[in-house]
Amino acid sequence: MTDANTLDGWEIVIGLEVHAELLTHTKLFSASLNQFGGEPNTNIDPVTLGLPGSLPVLNKHAVELAMRAGLALNCTVQRSVFSRKNYFYPDMPKGYQISQFDLPINVDGWLELPNGKRCGIERAHLEEDTGKSSHMGAGGTRIHDAEYSLVDFNRAGVPLLEVVGRPDLFSADEAKAYIAELRSILIAVGASDGKMEEGSMRVDCNVSVRRPGEPLGTRCEIKNVNSLRSVGRAIEYEARRQADMILAGEVVRQETRHWNDDTGRTQTLRSKEEATDYRYFPEPDLVVLDPGEEWIEAVRAALPTLPRERRANLAAATGVSVASAGIVVERGLDDLVLAAIAAGADPQRAATHAEHNLADKGAGDLNPAMFARLTRMEVDGAITATQAKAVLAEMLSNPSDADPQEIATRLGFEAMQSSEIEHLVDTLIAAHPADWEKFCNGENKVAGFFVGQAMKATGGKADGKALTALLNQRRGQ
Amino acid sequence: MTGAAHSLTAREIARQISAGETTAVAVAEATIERIQREDAELGAFLLTTGEEALAAAASVDDKLQRGEKLGPLAGVPIAVKDNLCTRGIPTTAGSKILEGWCPPYNATVIEKLHAAGMVLVGKTNLDEFAMGSSTENSAYQLTRNPHDASRVPGGSSGGSAAAVAAGLVSCSLGSDTGGSIRQPASFCGVVGVKPTYGRTSRFGLIAYASSFDQIGPFGRDVTDAALLLEAIEGHDTLDSTSLPEAGGALVAGLHDGVAGLRIGIVSELMGEGIEPAVAARIRAAAEAFAAAGAEIVEVSIPAVSYAISAYYILAPAEASSNLSRFDGVRFGLRVDAPTTPEMYELTRTQGFGAEVKRRIMLGTYALSAGYYDAYYGTAQKVRTLLRADFEAAYRQADLLISPVAPTTAFPIGELTEDPLTMYLQDICTIPTNLAGHPAMSVPFGSDGTGLPVGVQILAPALREDVMFRAAMVLESALQQGSNPTQEGANS
Repeated sequence: MTDANTLDGWEIVIGLEVHAELLTHTKLFSASLNQFGGEPNTNIDPVTLGLPGSLPVLNKHAVELAMRAGLALNCTVQRSVFSRKNYFYPDMPKGYQISQFDLPINVDGWLELPNGKRCGIERAHLEEDTGKSSHMGAGGTRIHDAEYSLVDFNRAGVPLLEVVGRPDLFSADEAKAYIAELRSILIAVGASDGKMEEGSMRVDCNVSVRRPGEPLGTRCEIKNVNSLRSVGRAIEYEARRQADMILAGEVVRQETRHWNDDTGRTQTLRSKEEATDYRYFPEPDLVVLDPGEEWIEAVRAALPTLPRERRANLAAATGVSVASAGIVVERGLDDLVLAAIAAGADPQRAATHAEHNLADKGAGDLNPAMFARLTRMEVDGAITATQAKAVLAEMLSNPSDADPQEIATRLGFEAMQSSEIEHLVDTLIAAHPADWEKFCNGENKVAGFFVGQAMKATGGKADGKALTALLNQRRGQ
Repeated sequence: MTGAAHSLTAREIARQISAGETTAVAVAEATIERIQREDAELGAFLLTTGEEALAAAASVDDKLQRGEKLGPLAGVPIAVKDNLCTRGIPTTAGSKILEGWCPPYNATVIEKLHAAGMVLVGKTNLDEFAMGSSTENSAYQLTRNPHDASRVPGGSSGGSAAAVAAGLVSCSLGSDTGGSIRQPASFCGVVGVKPTYGRTSRFGLIAYASSFDQIGPFGRDVTDAALLLEAIEGHDTLDSTSLPEAGGALVAGLHDGVAGLRIGIVSELMGEGIEPAVAARIRAAAEAFAAAGAEIVEVSIPAVSYAISAYYILAPAEASSNLSRFDGVRFGLRVDAPTTPEMYELTRTQGFGAEVKRRIMLGTYALSAGYYDAYYGTAQKVRTLLRADFEAAYRQADLLISPVAPTTAFPIGELTEDPLTMYLQDICTIPTNLAGHPAMSVPFGSDGTGLPVGVQILAPALREDVMFRAAMVLESALQQGSNPTQEGANS
């Protein structure tokens, strides 16, 4: 169940709201440290606790990080206003959360998935995080069946960027790709550490289903989805649940649902009717946030190269597809490939190694020059692609300047000299005239037969690609 | 102490201390002793500070001993409204919900008083969370008007006004959201100033309505009020709405007079609902200004008629949100209950008084989905309109004058069952809070029965300097006996 095709012809429509904690030194509105994992209630102050008389003062660095993220997401940065979102909860100290409502700092952007698809971003606004409640005693970990609750305000007031995506995603895999891409952008611009396991990136999934071509169905919002894997599971479960309801003649109601990672199910948290009236109004303790063109342009000019551009750069430099380049960039191997190319590597082979042979363990401190030498050995026919993979694995478990030439020699990899290959090919053509005839008449798959025979004759030492090239060359004569 | 301290101005007390005629400790001791003796009946103070006051006074004496040069108010005892946070000293905002709460920090203005060498001797009574016009909404006690103990001192800063009027302190601080400094100043016959919004820092002021609240001084005379405002004003990085630019110096130009100024009488605030005796004092003030060389004009601010309605949407809206933090979780009163929502409900039901609950409900309603545009949205438009009207008025006049309140001090209990009439007490003062402009109440005689009447002087943003010059003219006119009272003028 990873796409619409396996959901009985239903289309899943997903919009994601991603909360990312910004990597500031201090909180959004006070001088307390923004730090994960401290002793409970150590990073607090009168503002964090919402003590009477305390006032918020906006953290300039948080604004800068929000602008960086917004510009990297192709948003328009605008004059914005903070608002109060009013509701009572013990871990929300003031009885309201300072957020942005009708005038968010970033609007109308998009991000591009590694496969080239563009997904809309409605807005990316600043707000403060809440504290954390722990529900204790009586065997319960949820508020309803707990005996008492403890509150840790260390997280209260930590700056968040809430990135609200448009409902442009149509499968769990796309949703996961979107989150991964957003995460890599936020990390690239230094806005967030992207650590989902520490809660510094949290995702709410809005999921609905429809028959293709029909208008959007009623959506449910799923909360408590704390890992990429959970995102996939929760979306698939929820889409199936909704589709089954519709098939059974029931009506999907708009509601907020809670993902339970243990049971693998979503369950009702509150219905639309029970939703809080947040009574938003402009926060009178803060002034309008108007960064001005000069600051915006300075932030834009200082943006690093973003994943999308890195993919395009790599694809252009190596000739591989944007999707392949995407995988390399996602692993952070594009700089290595480009450095190797600068050191004389064969571009396509370098990219191919990065995509397929450096996947699991990464590149470590692989020396670009030695990496480049490896690809040249392949091009020169000194070793085969299979042998190159083995040499590369050896290089990774050796000092960074390990010479692929020496490793190949040590492993006994000696590619056949081209005169030897030519002799072998001529022998095979003579031995199998009928097959050669078919190949010459355009049956290309017969090439595989000759390559197989050559491998058999040489015990795998022959280079498949070189053989195919030679066969084609002979046919053309 | 030389002379009767309770009849001295703040600057005279400071002069005597710096001249070595008395000591700050002696003044503090005498002040606290007098408060303890005389306040039982008056009810202006919720607490006196004893040890802290003596320590602060001793520090002033030490500095003088070492020959340090101190400011013009060093050693002067001062009282502050109990919605200003004082480190380690109980701060209640006049509410049971904060009973016994000691803030871990000082309001910025308290730090500034310390820096000026002033000695905090006590916290004064107020309407709960500054919501009220008579100080009768205090959860703790009544405060009586020093001119007539059967009458209210005004509010919400009634304790601060009464303390100065009774001579327990020479000056004090209050806060003004819709007239809460000016109206009690008028009722008690002292000077009370609401500065331009953002001129004094709100950090450490327990918020009622954040976009209106402003801290300001009470003084026995205009000069003391100016000195005290100079001591507490200034940009504060802890308050984002604090103005970056400084206002002009106040004391330096106090005696520059009003010759050549155009002073406008706000016609909408001189008609129906204003007691004739009050209106007569405003006209007498206009005559005094004219005699001092000012040109008197009539100006119209049409949007003033919507000001009360707009204010009682916007201020409660902000209050409903500001008071959400009083939930029993982190500080103050908590009434235990089996569930969190029940704990909230019981805590807030028992902790808040009737007027506070009324405004929380008004504000919550005004912000509710479906009503927001009709109420909050419309009220914001009135606020914009009113600012435009004021702008137009200030093209015709340098300053405006009006009554402070429609009446003089009313009897205790007279309006407590009639919140709407109580709200109309603020009809003359609220427009300035909506506009964010400065205004002050200057005592200008009495109403014929011996009750004080204040004249309200209004000025454009950050023109407190001109406002104080005019106040000085009225004060001089009164002292010269040219216009002592309505009674006098009639006899």
